Amino acid sequence: MLDVENLDLAYGDSRALNGVSLSVAAGTITSVVGGNGAGKTSLIRACAGMVPAQGGRIRFDGTDITGWAPHRICDLGLGQVAEGRQIFPSLPVLDNLELGAALPRARKAAKQSLEKVFALFPRLAERKAQRAGTLSGGEQQMLAIGRCLMGLPRLIMFDEPSLGLAPAVVKEMFAIIEGLHRDGMTVLLVEQNVVHSLKIAHHAVLLENGVAAMAGTGADLLADDRVRQAYLGL
Amino acid sequence: MILDQVVTGLLTGLIYGLLALGLSVIFGVMRIVNFAHGEMSVVAMYAAWAAARYLGLDPLLSLIPIAAIFFGAGYLLQRGLIQPFVSRPDYMQFILLISVALILTNGALLVFGPEARGIQVDYAFDSYEIGTFLIDKVRLLAAGAALTLTGLLLAFFRFTLTGKAIRAAADNRTGAQVIGLDIGKLYAVTFGIGTASLGAAGVLMALLNDAIPRLGPELTLLSFVIVIVGGLGSMTGALAGGVLIGVSEALAGTLLQPSLKSMFSFALLVLILLLRPQGLLGERS
Ligand SMILES: Nc1ncnc2c1ncn2[C@@H]1O[C@H](COP(=O)(O)OP(=O)(O)O)[C@@H](O)[C@H]1O
Ligand SMILES: [Mg+2]
Repeated sequence: MLDVENLDLAYGDSRALNGVSLSVAAGTITSVVGGNGAGKTSLIRACAGMVPAQGGRIRFDGTDITGWAPHRICDLGLGQVAEGRQIFPSLPVLDNLELGAALPRARKAAKQSLEKVFALFPRLAERKAQRAGTLSGGEQQMLAIGRCLMGLPRLIMFDEPSLGLAPAVVKEMFAIIEGLHRDGMTVLLVEQNVVHSLKIAHHAVLLENGVAAMAGTGADLLADDRVRQAYLGL
Repeated sequence: MILDQVVTGLLTGLIYGLLALGLSVIFGVMRIVNFAHGEMSVVAMYAAWAAARYLGLDPLLSLIPIAAIFFGAGYLLQRGLIQPFVSRPDYMQFILLISVALILTNGALLVFGPEARGIQVDYAFDSYEIGTFLIDKVRLLAAGAALTLTGLLLAFFRFTLTGKAIRAAADNRTGAQVIGLDIGKLYAVTFGIGTASLGAAGVLMALLNDAIPRLGPELTLLSFVIVIVGGLGSMTGALAGGVLIGVSEALAGTLLQPSLKSMFSFALLVLILLLRPQGLLGERS
């Protein structure tokens, strides 16, 4: 569904991605793991059109989206729950959600989408009039996910959704992602929590210094000595 | 007598508020300081004068079409000229907008000449007596129009999806990209709205003052003072700052000397910066 081919990306002189290829099949969970600065966020941002790639192709559902503007890519149904949540702190929770449905593809369904999001995250309904910046970290992450769902995505790229959250909330976050997948969502997942994210992944890629160093099933990577030593401390 | 002046200043201040709102909105969203702000509103004064002179249109009527044209011009100016400068250093934006200001001032000089152009409406000398107050009809109508437009603008930003999207882009630009808001378009709309506000304010000021090319820099400076007093980027702050400066100018004009009114405003500015650096309604960053 999302196909990345030989992607090169650099910020000025410093290269962040070197010929990275990756395929996310419809209806699966694909995990990308790798240390800090490996290029995981750059990969997601390139797919979202937020940073230009220097080489390679990105296709979403057969459409070549290389070089497209972010708003056009979003409108095809490629959604993102970004690193650092990226909510609108000074706007009320309700406005944050409403803006998620500002995309042409999602506008008509905004009302039903809001009901669904509130059913999924009752806490957001309770706090809908509150400024988003006053929410707890976990609630902000739920808002980021809810806001993304408002845009009716067909594939969601999650960038470290559990970062900085308490252990109980981390578990909740994984349950939410698995729930979305069970309901048919295609997922690209970037996580610090390597064990958990490989356990739920159908397909996984290890990114090292901007290079896709290894690919396989989640179980393959979990069993690999290199992965175990570098990321699991075993 | 003094209360009359306070009321006069308050009414003028409502027009100042609308004028400053145009500057505040553009800065608040794009972090671009429109150094051609006052010069642009002088163009609107001339437009109102020309509409009155050649088409016989009362400024209160030409207000809407002129504001609409200014919206379009602002939208196109942002798309064509300013957008490439949004992410460039401040001094480049400064040079660009100063050039626009110079072109407008000299253009006005070329087309309309250096002499003052005033509009005579037939109710120019009417006034209302309300209690013990004597209020000019022109000023009351102009202030009423300014307050209405300011109210509409605030409502637009608060309640419409586009208005909220613009506030969202100002709040978190990356976040706006993440959910697929078209930032280029939102910026162009914002510049259009800011330009329409300063245009409408210019038309209303043409009811109270003659248009002269050299008024441009004065109005730019006045708007800076108002926006800083009210709080950078705060829309209600622009309104409050406008009213405060309007009243202070009117009082300084009566109690001291008309020529001292700007000095009074600057003194107020210094005072606010000392006591409340974020401005009256601005938020501490
Ligand atoms: N905006 C940027 N400007 C310059 N360099 C960047 C920028 N964003 C990321 N980088 C660099 O690109 C590399 C990859 O970063 P990133 O994609 O954020 O990795 P990850 O998400 O895996 O931690 C790092 O070396 C980082 O320093
Ligand atoms: Mg990252």
